[in-house]
Amino acid sequence: MVEREPGGVDELSLQALALARTLAQGASIEALAVTPPSDTVSQGVAATLGEHGVSTLHVAEHAVFGSYAPTAVAQAAVELAERLQPAAIVGAGTERGNEVLAHIAARLDLPLAANCIAAASGDPARVTRLRWGGSLLEEADVHGAPTLLTVAPHLVTAERAPAGEAAVEHFAPTLSEADQLVRVTDRAEDDTAGGVSLADAKVVVSSGRGAGSPEGFGIIEELADLLGGAVGCSRAVTMAGWRPHTDQVGQTGTKIAPDIYIACGISGATQHMAGCKGAKTILAVNTDPQAPILASADYAVIGDLHEVVPAISAELRKARQT
Amino acid sequence: MNVLVCVKRVPMTGGKIVLTADEQAIATQHLGFTISPHEECGVEEVVRIVEQHGGESVVLTLGPPEAEEQLRDAMALGMDRAIHLVIGDDEDWDAQATATAILDAIEAEHAAGVDFDLIFFGNESADSGGYQVGIRVAHALERPIATGLKGVAVEAGRVRCEQEVPGGRDVFDLPLPAVVTVKEGLNFPRYPSVPGRMRAQKKPVTSSSPTAAPARLEKVRLVSPPGDRKEAEILGHGPDAAPKVVELLQRIGVA
Repeated sequence: MVEREPGGVDELSLQALALARTLAQGASIEALAVTPPSDTVSQGVAATLGEHGVSTLHVAEHAVFGSYAPTAVAQAAVELAERLQPAAIVGAGTERGNEVLAHIAARLDLPLAANCIAAASGDPARVTRLRWGGSLLEEADVHGAPTLLTVAPHLVTAERAPAGEAAVEHFAPTLSEADQLVRVTDRAEDDTAGGVSLADAKVVVSSGRGAGSPEGFGIIEELADLLGGAVGCSRAVTMAGWRPHTDQVGQTGTKIAPDIYIACGISGATQHMAGCKGAKTILAVNTDPQAPILASADYAVIGDLHEVVPAISAELRKARQT
Repeated sequence: MNVLVCVKRVPMTGGKIVLTADEQAIATQHLGFTISPHEECGVEEVVRIVEQHGGESVVLTLGPPEAEEQLRDAMALGMDRAIHLVIGDDEDWDAQATATAILDAIEAEHAAGVDFDLIFFGNESADSGGYQVGIRVAHALERPIATGLKGVAVEAGRVRCEQEVPGGRDVFDLPLPAVVTVKEGLNFPRYPSVPGRMRAQKKPVTSSSPTAAPARLEKVRLVSPPGDRKEAEILGHGPDAAPKVVELLQRIGVA
């Protein structure tokens, strides 16, 4: 199940293809993309998919695919699967990938293993998948064919497997009215746009209850501004009403992937760490040298954030003046 | 209108997850339990909908006897009554078995004259994270479902659903009866009042013990992720560490 983005194939779909290849063990891999008839799937998509081991790209064309329609996508996949009789159906572990695969699983009355990082074919198939947002792994057997799974984002490396350009075959899936009932009919633009978005920020500076109060975030905002970054916070902070939920980093908040994550007065609960596993570097500022976050951080400053953070801001300004 | 919300009892994991010796579960003897976070917002939303539109709010869980605690918590927030599908302490039902048991409970309600206009689930549970129970239930009931919602508004026999996507929100507009799955951030759940807690003790809980079908997504064992523990390099103590931090920021190329 391929998700496209402007100009090509979504990186997470290429990661899903890498896991699909380990499952296929040399058998052919075919892909499904959906499009409205007015649109075309660019030649670049078939070329990219070919480079990642896909022999044939099946393009389902239907007017409903002009906007996201999860049940319609699932039904197109079910129709294609009836024709191809695949050993497995694999999607990316995105919100949409997990949703569409769950619809396929419901329609075929089969189990679905969501967010896998490894898979081996067999009867049953054996997978390793994420639990607790990745704080824990589960090895599980998946009974029934085809094997349905999604691939956890950023934990499997996309790899090229030159197979030439994928052949492209178009088909028009038969979709009932009920299949087309649920679809995006409107788009509300984000009215708070303007600042750096947490999910895309190169630098995230965050704090937890250690900030002491909503006003305590002033020094966190100051440092984030100096670095052109975004402010994050822990779940305890949003539960206390100090910051909006959109600032929350964690399993049930935003998953971030900055170059550096500066976590000030954050203890490192699993709920929080599940949201910042994607950070390239973690710097913890904490009074407690035994805080759990120090087991996940690359660097640490032991001290009170109320003293350390303003000192870092001052030092930064000084460094820029010279 | 009648609204059902399905919740799951999960441990509050804190700083480090410790497994039992048989690698089948999390060691929970020192942990508290809670309603899985997305579903806490589901409970709050259902209470608000029924406050506004009238009708009955019902909370359902499939879980061990102790999960009655989470049902009472939900009723303390304003849910009218509860359905408890009681399973054994060590049982870990897969999504298909869970969905089947929930469908049977919904069918039993229907037979007793109660039909739900709207059914809420969390987008995914905190522990097993399967992303599918709500979708399976909706499919079996032949009802539309929208998932991962941060906005739900009921109006004139329809439900407007908002899903957060990069740069904005995608909107789905579903006819009732429908199913929705929601995410934390949908609302700011209220804190239960003392009178609310007292009332919750007297609200009805209907219990039954469903039989598990064999798991088709069958857990073999749980393992801690590799490379979990590393030693953080201490840059210094207190404000004196600031120059070292700036050096690091410059090295990374963000200063």
